[in-house]
Amino acid sequence: MDHLEQLESQSIYIIREAYKKFKKLAMLWSVGKDSTVLLWLVKKAFFGKVPFPVIHIDTGFKFKEMYEFRDWCVKKWDLNLIVASKQKEADEKGIGPEAKLECCTLRKTEALKECIAEHKFEALLLGIRRDEHGVRAKERVFSPRNVDFQWNYKDQPPELWDQFKTQKEHEQHLRVHPLLQWTETDVWNYVKREKLPINPLYFAKNNKRYRSLGCVPCTNPIESKADDVDKIITEVMENKTSERSGRAQDKEEANAMQKLRSLGYM
Amino acid sequence: MTETMKFVIVGHIDHGKSTLIGRLFYDTNSLPEGKIEELKTVCEALGKELEFGFLMDHLEEERDQGITIDTAQTFFRTKNREYNIIDAPGHVEFIKNMITGASQAEAAILIVDAEEGVQEQTRRHAYILNMLGLSQVIVVINKMDKIEYKKERFEKVKKELLEFLLKINIQPSYIIPISAKNGDFVAKKSNTLPWYQGPTVLDALDSFKIKESEKNKELRFPVQDVYKWDKRIIAGKIVSGTIKKKDKIVVLPSEEETIVESIEEFGKENIEFAEAGKSTGITTKDKLFIDRGAVIIRKNEEKPLITNKVEAHLFWMDKNPYKKGERLLFKCATQEVMCEIETIKKVVDSSTLQTIKENAEEIKNREVGDIIIKTEKPVVVEDFNKTQELGRFVLQRKDTCAGGIITRIK
Repeated sequence: MDHLEQLESQSIYIIREAYKKFKKLAMLWSVGKDSTVLLWLVKKAFFGKVPFPVIHIDTGFKFKEMYEFRDWCVKKWDLNLIVASKQKEADEKGIGPEAKLECCTLRKTEALKECIAEHKFEALLLGIRRDEHGVRAKERVFSPRNVDFQWNYKDQPPELWDQFKTQKEHEQHLRVHPLLQWTETDVWNYVKREKLPINPLYFAKNNKRYRSLGCVPCTNPIESKADDVDKIITEVMENKTSERSGRAQDKEEANAMQKLRSLGYM
Repeated sequence: MTETMKFVIVGHIDHGKSTLIGRLFYDTNSLPEGKIEELKTVCEALGKELEFGFLMDHLEEERDQGITIDTAQTFFRTKNREYNIIDAPGHVEFIKNMITGASQAEAAILIVDAEEGVQEQTRRHAYILNMLGLSQVIVVINKMDKIEYKKERFEKVKKELLEFLLKINIQPSYIIPISAKNGDFVAKKSNTLPWYQGPTVLDALDSFKIKESEKNKELRFPVQDVYKWDKRIIAGKIVSGTIKKKDKIVVLPSEEETIVESIEEFGKENIEFAEAGKSTGITTKDKLFIDRGAVIIRKNEEKPLITNKVEAHLFWMDKNPYKKGERLLFKCATQEVMCEIETIKKVVDSSTLQTIKENAEEIKNREVGDIIIKTEKPVVVEDFNKTQELGRFVLQRKDTCAGGIITRIK
């Protein structure tokens, strides 16, 4: 088996493990490339089915193309979509992208908290990867969060071989990360191999493309001529800037990502 | 597609693990743009010199205190292959994080400070590498710059370490004098060590082999789950061997027999086989009672053992000790069975290798036990050297509290 097949099989193993262990399971789908790959792996794990809900956290600031792509996939793959949103409350309180930490916290983290509480989810599948950000490099595959979503990164459970933390304690939910081991290059090579549909924002138009997708006010495109998957693969392999360089929430200050994550951010 | 090798860097705290990783990145031109500038800013804010170690230490506390708390993984590429480096913490408090990191590696670098020599965690980490079955090991004697690159000191540390490694059966493939800080013999040779003729760390790594596929061995297919949708599909990841359509198979421990009717894969038809490492699904001719934890093998091939007693080396990594009489969950591949540690033949200090007690009643944090486990239901196990996945296990309370390697099957 080649590198991609091994990654695929390992991810499927993790997804099946989560499904076996948690009755109330869902996956987070940002409609970006990683979580769309994750969605595809879920379909592969269950022979075409997606046997649990797919959550989209809608901040109200997403790109038009993201909503279109989302709705197209929902129809094509017959997904049970849950939209989690705190848009109304945030708008009323006047919390927007001018205050980044507050905006991310309310529109994303709080929206997710509410959704988890409402549906009583025990575990969530997420498409984060270790190579995206230093703090994510320290994640476990099965990672517990307490009721306030806090990540006790200083005292994470051991994770040996394929034995994961599959026992949920009373107050927490588990974050499950099937793509942790993948790199950005792996994701694009896999998109190519599986001929996966992918959001058009990733492809260059007028010499600009989005490398990582977030909310419109806080996401900048990069200079690029890569208008197809092959060109993106070449670009990513040669590129030396970080993938999330267009994402404002990573940059505010040193350790901003850690702060966001300790508050429950994905 | 290029190949990827995962290796872990272990050793005593402050012997330079994170610095070595930073140096490897810097010298292979693998640092993202702007990273050095970002590091300089962070170091200036903390009033320190530029410190490569901070590349891997991402938590606020890690940078403030200058210690690695949790294991981190990162990637870099050489012209030969891609590497996934696992940085393991060297502080005794974070040993379970070190084990988490090391358990995922195929090769290891054991780093020793030339000035300080072999220390408590040097020995303990070496012991753990051996226990986890890691045989591709590079020893680096770091901070040669601090001892003026002197051969005599290097030889002394080397001798001391080799004496210890011999006791625990580790034969390092290379022993390399380096200065991670200055870059000597990490990615580049230098004229500071004229008496050393061996490879650099990077050359040594490139000479290591990726674990070979187990596809030609006997079939071991632990059942992960059974899906009863349109068809009844038995799902799992093949640990070794290759499963083929029409294979006569035996389900353990029940020993019921049947035939593989189909190999299932989403979006594909008429799949003929699935090999080791593949997460697959099969349907069978007869509707047997098969559940998670069963192990499927091929008929007329050598069987693993079905037993309720296993003898093992156990590394305890929970603050609360194990006291005889406590029931724990035994997890081996997809099997999960309650068990008890029936006999604690010997408890050993994982760093000094001194016997703490024979015929003990408890095992404490960071101690290694020579034990016999009794499971409440029969389990399917095998010699670790034959099938790693069926020869290693964890014990679990709410979290994993111990890892073990089966040494003998009763």
